Amino acid sequence: MSTDVKTIPQGTNGNESAPGQEKGTTADGVKLPVYMDNHATTPMDPRVLEEMLPYFMEKFGNAASRNHSFGWAGEEGVEIARERVAKLIGATTKEIIFTSGATESDNLAIKGVAEMYREKGNHIITAVTEHKAVLDTCKRLEKNGYRVTYMAVQKDGLIDLEELKRIIDNKTILVTIMAANNEIGVVQPIAEIGKLCHERGVIFHTDATQAVGKIPIDVNKMNIDVMSISAHKMYGPKGVGALYVRRKNPRVQLSAIIDGGGHERGMRSGTLNVPGIVGLGKACQLCMEEMAKESCRMAGLRNRLRDNIMGRLDEVYINGSWENRLPGNLNISFAYVEGESLLMGINDVAVSSGSACTSATLEPSYVLKALGTGDDLAHSSIRFGLGRFNSEAEVDYVADRVVETVQRLRELSPLYEMAKEGVDLKNVKWAGEAH
Amino acid sequence: MSYSDKVLDHYSNPRNVGSMDKNSPEVGTGLVGAPECGDVMKLQIKVNPQTNVIEDAKFKTFGCGSAIASSSLATEWVKGKTVDEALQIKNTEIVKELALPPVKIHCSVLAEDAIRAAIHDWKKKQEAPVTSAASR
Repeated sequence: MSTDVKTIPQGTNGNESAPGQEKGTTADGVKLPVYMDNHATTPMDPRVLEEMLPYFMEKFGNAASRNHSFGWAGEEGVEIARERVAKLIGATTKEIIFTSGATESDNLAIKGVAEMYREKGNHIITAVTEHKAVLDTCKRLEKNGYRVTYMAVQKDGLIDLEELKRIIDNKTILVTIMAANNEIGVVQPIAEIGKLCHERGVIFHTDATQAVGKIPIDVNKMNIDVMSISAHKMYGPKGVGALYVRRKNPRVQLSAIIDGGGHERGMRSGTLNVPGIVGLGKACQLCMEEMAKESCRMAGLRNRLRDNIMGRLDEVYINGSWENRLPGNLNISFAYVEGESLLMGINDVAVSSGSACTSATLEPSYVLKALGTGDDLAHSSIRFGLGRFNSEAEVDYVADRVVETVQRLRELSPLYEMAKEGVDLKNVKWAGEAH
Repeated sequence: MSYSDKVLDHYSNPRNVGSMDKNSPEVGTGLVGAPECGDVMKLQIKVNPQTNVIEDAKFKTFGCGSAIASSSLATEWVKGKTVDEALQIKNTEIVKELALPPVKIHCSVLAEDAIRAAIHDWKKKQEAPVTSAASR
């Protein structure tokens, strides 16, 4: 006996325009494709672009040119930006170093502290769920004689403060723990980590790429010593970021990793990317003004997406802490469905998957693995990143597409069939397990 | 990653999706891969015991689009072949037909494994004495 499964023919995606409807637009006015991958990057806010434009042609001067008006105009733009960045995080202008982005900021922070404080100690503490910009930098330092502790995280993605307390020793010079995770959006207890580090006289760096502009960050209240910032995650341009470096209580010093003309107080040589910096500043100003309202709206949209999906599908799991999470993040696993095939099915929606198939390494997300999420569920995960320009109609469209595709792929899935038959998949001896 | 038109076609309109009674003596079932690896294929064949011709084939696959396409194609190819002919299907032919990129070659290997596993299961059933008329 054979049971045929009906598969949805092509063209029922709901993305075909009806007569009188604009092409590439749904009946509800949703323009396709929908961008919902705002942890990867955000579109620029038009107000940011407007602020930047004069700095390409009219005010093109080198901010380091001290003796003519072209240089002064560039410098003025940079200094206004510096004030705006500082204000957003409760810092002073002298504590802001402009860089090419968060990866450079992470490198400068970690390598810079490691080299500067080498005589004090050689121990660095980080967590396994950090971004590669932090992990790979730490790995390089290990080759150079530093000792690095990679803290495990709990099931909810948070580090254990008691464990941190235990592992800080008299050789520890730096703790680097991210503010918010780029995959699961989990927000670490930054203020508590900062307090602990200051009590123990250890420098605290946080990669706040995903957090700055989305949730309140105050470097003094949170005892942050060094902090990485990126523009393109908060509606600013790509290729520009900043590093906050504390100047008092305690004063933190860094060894530069780029040598040259001594720009940025000698910590980061290289002609300043004036238009980019101006854009970063404007992006910070907008986030500061609109954060309260925007984070409320983001959380509302995100919860609507969650309810829309989870209300209609069973065996959908949220990855990471729900309470301690960026307002725009939803990371969920759809049991019995592989992430890349799900992405293929929702090809007019831009999101990311933790599936191995979407990565160059063919390994599923190390962040999800660190939570104890089984590899099977890591392969089944999707990250939705909501942003400033997403609408309620888009959320509803995306939820519909996800639900319909998951249902279709589950009908195709031998695992779903086995689970429905009552087979415990954990007890099956899989032929390919040796791989 | 961009997919070939053939992969997209099999993904959107998979052929021969479904299940057959795995207890039937005419049905061979191959279940290969592992959930942790992100690919599991179940391929079933129904063989005419007189002619050894595969009269029907069904599949279900948990995996990426290329895995779905590889198994869908495999069911198309085995149908109408004798079991010995089906054993000659090589993963490289699947790679060629679907224009799979190097990172997706394992999907074709898995499809070949699934064909072999299904035939192996069927052959085992032919050797075993049939004591009771199972689920006919």
